This record gives sequence, structure tokens and C-alpha cells, in this order.
Amino acid sequence: METYIPPEYEVVRNFELCTSCRLCERQCANEVHKYDADLKKMIANSQKCVNCHRCVCLCPTHALKIIKNPDVYRLNSNWSEQTMNEVYRQADSGGVLLSSMGNPNDYPVYFNKILLNASQVTNPPIDPLREPMETVVYLGKKDVELKRDINGRLVDNLPPQLKLSVPVMFSAMSYGSISYNAHEALARAAEELGIFYNTGEGGLHRDFYKYGKNTIVQVASGRFGVHADYLSAAAAIEIKMGQGAKPGIGGHLPGMKISDEVSKTRMIPKGIDAISPAPHHDIYSIEDLRQLIYTIKEATAYTKPVIVKVAAVHNVAAIASGIARSGADIIAIDGFRGGTGAAPTRIRDNVGIPIELALAQVDERLRQEGIRDSVSVVVAGSVHSSADVVKAIALGADACYVGTAALLALGCHLCRSCHTGKCNWGIATQREDLVKRLNPDVGYKRLVNLVTAWRHEIQEMMGAMGINSVEALRGNRLMLRGVGLNETELKILGIRHAGESM
Amino acid sequence: MIFNDLELKTAPWEGEVRIPSGCAVSAIIDRTGKKMTGEKIIRSIATMHDRSNGLGGGFAGYGIYPDYKEYYAFHLFYNDFHAKKETEDFLMQHFEVAYSSEMKTRKLKSITNEPVIYRYFLYPLSKRLANSLLDEERYVVKCVNKINAEIKGAFVFSSGKDMGIFKGVGYPEDIGKFYLLDEEYEGYSWTAHGRYPTNTPGWWGGAHPFGLLDYSIVHNGEISSYDANRRYIEMFGYKCSLQTDTEVITYVIDYLLRVKKLTLQEVAKVISASFWSTIEEKTEEEQREEIFLRKAFPSLLITGPFSIIFGFSGGIMALNDRLKLRSMVCAEKGDIAYVSSEECGIRAVEPAVDKIFAPAGGQPVIYTLKGGAL
Repeated sequence: METYIPPEYEVVRNFELCTSCRLCERQCANEVHKYDADLKKMIANSQKCVNCHRCVCLCPTHALKIIKNPDVYRLNSNWSEQTMNEVYRQADSGGVLLSSMGNPNDYPVYFNKILLNASQVTNPPIDPLREPMETVVYLGKKDVELKRDINGRLVDNLPPQLKLSVPVMFSAMSYGSISYNAHEALARAAEELGIFYNTGEGGLHRDFYKYGKNTIVQVASGRFGVHADYLSAAAAIEIKMGQGAKPGIGGHLPGMKISDEVSKTRMIPKGIDAISPAPHHDIYSIEDLRQLIYTIKEATAYTKPVIVKVAAVHNVAAIASGIARSGADIIAIDGFRGGTGAAPTRIRDNVGIPIELALAQVDERLRQEGIRDSVSVVVAGSVHSSADVVKAIALGADACYVGTAALLALGCHLCRSCHTGKCNWGIATQREDLVKRLNPDVGYKRLVNLVTAWRHEIQEMMGAMGINSVEALRGNRLMLRGVGLNETELKILGIRHAGESM
Repeated sequence: MIFNDLELKTAPWEGEVRIPSGCAVSAIIDRTGKKMTGEKIIRSIATMHDRSNGLGGGFAGYGIYPDYKEYYAFHLFYNDFHAKKETEDFLMQHFEVAYSSEMKTRKLKSITNEPVIYRYFLYPLSKRLANSLLDEERYVVKCVNKINAEIKGAFVFSSGKDMGIFKGVGYPEDIGKFYLLDEEYEGYSWTAHGRYPTNTPGWWGGAHPFGLLDYSIVHNGEISSYDANRRYIEMFGYKCSLQTDTEVITYVIDYLLRVKKLTLQEVAKVISASFWSTIEEKTEEEQREEIFLRKAFPSLLITGPFSIIFGFSGGIMALNDRLKLRSMVCAEKGDIAYVSSEECGIRAVEPAVDKIFAPAGGQPVIYTLKGGAL
């Protein structure tokens, strides 16, 4: 296998530093490192290396580094190394190429071409160290007729809302695609932060029902792990219609990741690939979606918001408008850079649109139709930092989902090999020896740290703009300016170019 | 958009660009309903001369048209007589015109480039109104918007019953004298505005107060929530064509009061909401109300500095932003109440007040006529 492909990365060992302690050998699930007794030294098979940096980070003498293999094919601007390797792989296997995590290709990142405003002279910046700076958000429908009781007092007749202490939630990542310990870390962090994590389509492990108040459970096309207790345990229920990494197709959990516990939680057989269907087989149109939304609402007595998650595709604005009119409380839109535990490479790298453009169009369309209040909008698909959160909210989002950033906080180094099930960081694996490497006590604290840090930064950026509540940032596009964007891009984003005044 | 001299246009006009401005505001109301001329309010705002820069001043007077109090009083700026003709044709098609005349003004050296200014007392033609399927107020607002958006060189700057807005480019005290507010008009309540824009060619329509029927707003500040508020309120048929804070705040208040039927107190809790941490310290009932209002109307929270005086038939409401980033003082002397950006604006006309206080951020101060609106 792969005889035509040279190693993409090369393991470089400094033998002056290496003590042959063999830690790298024990740490590498890909079996790259080995002690050669004859040579009396460590050797490495670079062909197997996925460049996850586990050995590099843990080597006690810092003797290791992984470099891009400087070996190159004959230079060719048309046929890249990646493209050629993919042809070799398919000629070898006859199969569809699989990949993990988000689209790594060189498409524009619009967040990086948007700049924020700050106040000075004519109005003051507000200092978050000295004044209240509010980041609380309520997600849910707002469009109710006001009612008063007999004493004339307003009655809170809003449908159920999700209260977030900060407009950030952990994206859907299923138990199965990620480990028990990763799920525990996410659940505990969500609870401590006053936000929500999302089970993805993998069901909810019975140990985690106690975090239900901070849990969003997913109902996807495979209906894995869906039953009455599962729905009632959650704070909100998300119907997954699409995913940014693989619009138009279902989920894929490779059989080697389906352990006993995963099998029990998902209610599917052990060890066999779990491939959820591309469509929900009871949803072939928008009116069918409405029925599922109300089925779930009936099943939960209208006590929980229902989220509908879709991938960002060309007609996402029309889709969102349809969903807003179909009883959903929240729409989640996942951009084409969103992560995944496994997706066909061609789909991941070629289908969908950037979240920034999708969000701008959805928000504008819902406003044009006067139904922006019928739903909250949550966006996902490569929200890299607190600055991206601020920009997304100013474009019109109510909150953001973060997946990849949360995994990075747990140690992920984006080697994009989740589908192999051999995650050396204990995240995207079910192998017990690997899972235990991720200590949930440490992991949850790192997640709390990350979101807390982002919250501080969001407050700093809002304060600089003279805004002391995130509500006044939402849809406030005048606070944004594009740089290096063309007229069409600016028009779609609904923002002005840097240098244009207020 | 109207302007006096196309040739002189070098900077963008109001409505083409957002123009930040600092300002002075002032108001006087006699709660017994007793009328006073505009002399006092002119003196009050004149004391704060340095808070304006001569690029805008204006007043709103309530109870000033008792003889025509059933009629909508339209005040119009015209660029030229062509615009006037076109507008009057429109008015004739939509309203019964009870009376019309050129606005009486006094020539002053300090006021130049004034447009043609006319006043009309109007009542919707009953058949037109019935066919429109709108209520009377919406009908009038629609006509105002149509004139302002579609008739080049015409601008309706006041459209309420038994009240009027008077404004223009200049220092407010000069504008007050220009319109003879100190001689010709008597009202139970007056508000005033002196403008300090940082960038404007000086368009008469861009001066404040901003009015919508009998609602008027004078505002000092520069809100940071502008586009969040604008994009939300435009969902409900409002069009923010002037791109000013005053315009969007007026629409927000109109929506909450007239459409959603909130009380003034509740409106204040939406646009200048208490901080969550403050709400936590309140009684359970207050918490329920304030949390509900914040959950239901998050996009109408107004942030950044503002002090506004909202005028309506029968009263005024003074309100600061939630952090109190602009000065504003209230005072009472007998049945007369005063609001001003600075205390001097009150002391200048009433040195011996009974009570004087600076309202906290987000705390509305509402003065209404005893016995309701006249």
C-alpha cells in the first residue's frame, strides 16, 4: 500500500539529545518509533507519521521534530503533490478518500478580511475592568404578542429560551467520533461556564445525563441513541439536517471506533461502520421538517427549544427562511470549513460556502422578510477566536458554536486523522489506552480557560466600540469594515470597505 | 434630500453619511397646562451656547396651536417653488387643508441660507383614509414619508397635532428668535436642542428635534448600538433615511409605545435596560418584568452615550443611557419642571428651584400634565 507515495512528513531525531527512553515509541499509536536493538538506537518509520506532535510535545529531552518532507516531486504548478498522492491512493484502494477535521484548502477566510471599529472623542470607549460589560444572551423565539395580567403587568409568554453566559457553545461532536473523556470534559466545562455542549448524533452516555441542563442533544438522520429519556434529559434538541464539512451526506463513524459503550449509547451494532443516511427518511421537504419539529415539541411538552442545523450551501438564505417559518426556535448554520470526525475528502473540500457569507445572507433575508425575531441564529464552521465571535455577532449571529477550537484546547494538533481512530491525544479515539491520556479534570479546566479568555477579549472589543451589552452588537454591521474585498463580497456581507466613514 | 445650493456641496449630506454630534438639550413643562412663550426655553438653551457650534438648533412646542388642535400641523422646508407646487398638489390629493401660510420669520444676520418655510393644518380626506385601510396616524406618517422620500427639495419636519417643531442651521437662540418663538407662540411644554456636529454641510432638515406626529426627540450623544437598532426597527416598516441617532431613537420609541403598547416606564427598561447585575438585586416581580423585556426586545437596547428628552402630547420624558455617559439635570419649582444638559440651563431661567437632581443612568424622569393631555 502507498508504495508510490513518499512520506509527507519526516521524523527528525537529534541523537545527541535522545536517551532512547522509548517514550515516543509508547506514545505513538501509529507505530512510527521503534528501538533497534542492533543499532542500539531509536529509529522511525516516517511513512506512518501523521504529524500529530504527540511525541514532539512529550519527548523529555526535546530530541524530536517533525518537518515537512523536503523531498519533492518534479515541480508542477498544475499537479500538486496532494493531488498526485490522492490519485496514487485511489489507484491503490479503489475507494472514496476519507478525511477528518475542516477543509484545509486555501479558500478565503472572510473573518480575516473584516476589521472592527473603536470609539474615540465623539463617544467614549467603555472600560470592562471598571464598568459592567454584558455577554449574556438568550436564544429562542422573540415574536410573541405582549400579554398583561389583570393587574396590567406584562406576562412572560416567550417560548423556552436558552440562557448563555457568553455567546459561545461547543459544537456537535458525537460520543464515538470523540472519546468518553472528551465528552466529560465538554459537559463539565459547559456546566461551569453556563453554556451548552452538543452531543452530536451519537446519543448521550448514561453517565452524562446529570449534565442535561447544559446539554443539547441531536436528532440526526440515523436516529442513533434517540429515545424519550434522551430527549427529556436535554436543555434543547437539535435536528441535524446538514453539516458544514459534508453537506448533502450523512454521518460516518468507522467500525473500529464503535466500542461496547458506543454501541450501547448509539443503540447500534458494535464494530460495524455506522453510516447515517444522507436525508432524514421522513423529511423530503420543508413541510416534513415542520412535522418533525412539532413531533419533538409534542414529545417534550413545548418545554425545550428546537434547533435546526443546516450546512451553508448556495440557497441557505431561502432554507433558513423556510425553517424560521416551520416552528424552529433556533437555526444553526455550519460553514464549509466546519470540522468532522470523518468525511469523504471530495465533499469536504468542494461543497458548501463560507460561514461569513452564509450568515450575512441569512440574517439579511430574515430581516427583509420581517421574521428575524422568529428564530435565533447560531453559526459554526471555523470560528477561530474571540474576534471571530465578535465579527459573527456584528454580522447578525446570536451566538457561535466552536468545535475545532475546543478540541485544540484538549490537545488536538489538527493532524486530521480522526477517521483512523488512533488519536494519540485521547480525543478522537475509543482505544482505552489512548482515551485515558486525556484527563477530563485537566481537559475541562482547559476548556473553561479558553472560553473565559475569549469572554474577556469579547468584553475588551465591545468596550472599545462603546458597546456594553452583546445585544447591541448583534447585527451592528456598521461596526465592521472589509479590507481587500471586492464590491460583490462587500454587498453580500452588507458591510462597507475600510476607509469608508460611518 | 433638500439643500440650498447644489454648487456648494462639498461634504456628504445628512442621510448620505452618519454624522456624529455632541449637543445641548433643554426642556420646560408647566404641569398645570398653563402656557408660556418660547422666551424662557430660548434663554435656557442660550446659556449652554458653547455646547453647540452654530450648525443646528431647534425647538418643539406643545399646546401652541389651540385654534387648530384637531388638525395635523405640517411644517415644511422647500428648496424652491417647484418643490412647493409638487408638494401642495400631493397634500390636496390626500388632505383637507384647513389653513396654510408661509411661516412667519424674523430676518437675522446670523441666520442665512434659509429655505422656503411653510405651514399647513391638515386633516386626512375621509375617503382616501378609508381606502388606505390604515388608521389615521399611520396614514399621516405614510404621507410624510412619501413627501420626504419622493419629492425632491421638500421636507416635512413637523407633523403633530397642537404642537410644532422649529429648527434650522444656526445657534439655537438665533433659531428661536428667527421663528419668533418668544412672541408668536405659547405652549405648556417646550424642548430645545443645540447641535455640535463634527461634520455637516449644515442642512436645515438635519437639525433637531426630530419629529414623528406629536412625538419629538432632542438628543445629546452618539449611540454605539445604532446599526443594531436600525436594522431591527426597519423590519417593521420604518426607514432610517437621515441616519441620525435621533431618527432611530424616535422610531424605536414609537414602535414600543404605539405598536407594542408599552408604558413609558417599560420603554425605558427596554432602551436603557438595567444591567443584569442590577436586576438581580431587585424584587422578584421587578426581575420578572425586566428580564422579560430584555429577553423580548434585545435589539432595541440602546448603548453608548445619550441623554434624550422625549416630547409627546401632555408630557416629556428625560432619559439617560444606562451608564450615564452624558450629563443631564432635572429640577422642579412648583408645578414647573425643568430638564437640561447642564444645571446652568435651569438656573438661568429659575434660580430658586425647589428640588434639583441628576437622574441615574437608565432612570426615566417623566413629567405629565396634571389631569392628562390637553
